[in-house]
Amino acid sequence: MSQPPADLLAEPLVATDLACQRGGRLLFEGLNFRVSPGEALHLIGPNGTGKSSLLRLLAGLLAPAAGSIAGGGPRGFLGHDVALKPRMTLEAELTHWARLDEGLARLPGAMAAMNVAGLAAVPCRHLSSGQRRRAGLARVIASGAPLWLLDEPTAGLDTASSALLAAAMAAHREGGGMIIAAVHGDIGLDAPKVLALG
Amino acid sequence: MFLVLIRRDLALLARSPALWMPVMFFVLVAALFPFAVGPDARLLARIAPGIIWVAALLAALLPVETLVAPDMEDGTLDQLASRGIAMELVVAARIIAHWLGFTLPLLAALPIAAILVGMESAAGWNIALALLFGTPALAALAVVAAALTAGLRGGGALAGLIILPLALPILIFGVGSAAPGALKLLAAASLVTLAVSPFAAAAALRQD
Repeated sequence: MSQPPADLLAEPLVATDLACQRGGRLLFEGLNFRVSPGEALHLIGPNGTGKSSLLRLLAGLLAPAAGSIAGGGPRGFLGHDVALKPRMTLEAELTHWARLDEGLARLPGAMAAMNVAGLAAVPCRHLSSGQRRRAGLARVIASGAPLWLLDEPTAGLDTASSALLAAAMAAHREGGGMIIAAVHGDIGLDAPKVLALG
Repeated sequence: MFLVLIRRDLALLARSPALWMPVMFFVLVAALFPFAVGPDARLLARIAPGIIWVAALLAALLPVETLVAPDMEDGTLDQLASRGIAMELVVAARIIAHWLGFTLPLLAALPIAAILVGMESAAGWNIALALLFGTPALAALAVVAAALTAGLRGGGALAGLIILPLALPILIFGVGSAAPGALKLLAAASLVTLAVSPFAAAAALRQD
């Protein structure tokens, strides 16, 4: 499996005394953790305890109510919404994002890694939710970002696709990449750190 | 990167089934007026610039619900923001794409609309020039209103209420563009709107 080497110069991600407030409700506070190159972090906890919000904080989509986030380098983010336009073909979509990431050379490998190369010519409105999910993961892989932020990456994936994801994540960590994933159960990460919310 | 964003917006626009809607709307509104005010050619010729401008304003407003809201709902804005791309840039690209997407067809349809309201060719050229100067501001206002109302139910109607008062200066200088100096004032009003809009729209899109 061709896997882009992650940016070896990536610094560890350090979160200090992080707090998050949504809709007037304090989701969490005083959160401290550190993820070094090659490490993975599982975010676990019941629904509504702020796993997705923490990922959004780390992706720079939300501002923390208190505390700070440092290092980590560029982010590859996969949220619940996969951002694929219904009328465009999958290839056109992924090419657009790869162009923004200056990762056109990495794209064919990334599409092969998540087994979506055969869907390249299909308009996104005809893709199943599992296929969209795989496309979103291929976009993360092609981004070349050292820090992957994945929100329930195996949701909707079949066993074979989950295995592909596990292999891609292992290769990413081997190359010095970091992974933070909000999960319910095992997603095939080897010896992850665990952060329990709620 | 800015060019990649514009190219993308234009590619999406070209595939949109609604591409020709604003222009059809423009021509239809212009066609309605002669029926509404009666076949008095002199009266029509006098109010023709006003008709054309109101029609253009409504045409710019028509796609307002599809300008920003879909990108917010499907996670596109999240993907852009997580790459550290400034929202101002995203919005500026959107304004340029929206302007190209509705002004070029609008200018192409202008001769038809001009004939429908009985406009002479000299006045027609004048209004074409005025539209060229004024429509960037209309596009910018439409994108700002779209950003402000994205995620709200019935946002389109609210967007109209936001745009129409703000478009007044453009409308006034545009309709009076035959008067000496009016074109310059129109261009100035348009430039100010264009300069401020990306920041206003980006502020609206930033989550708290």
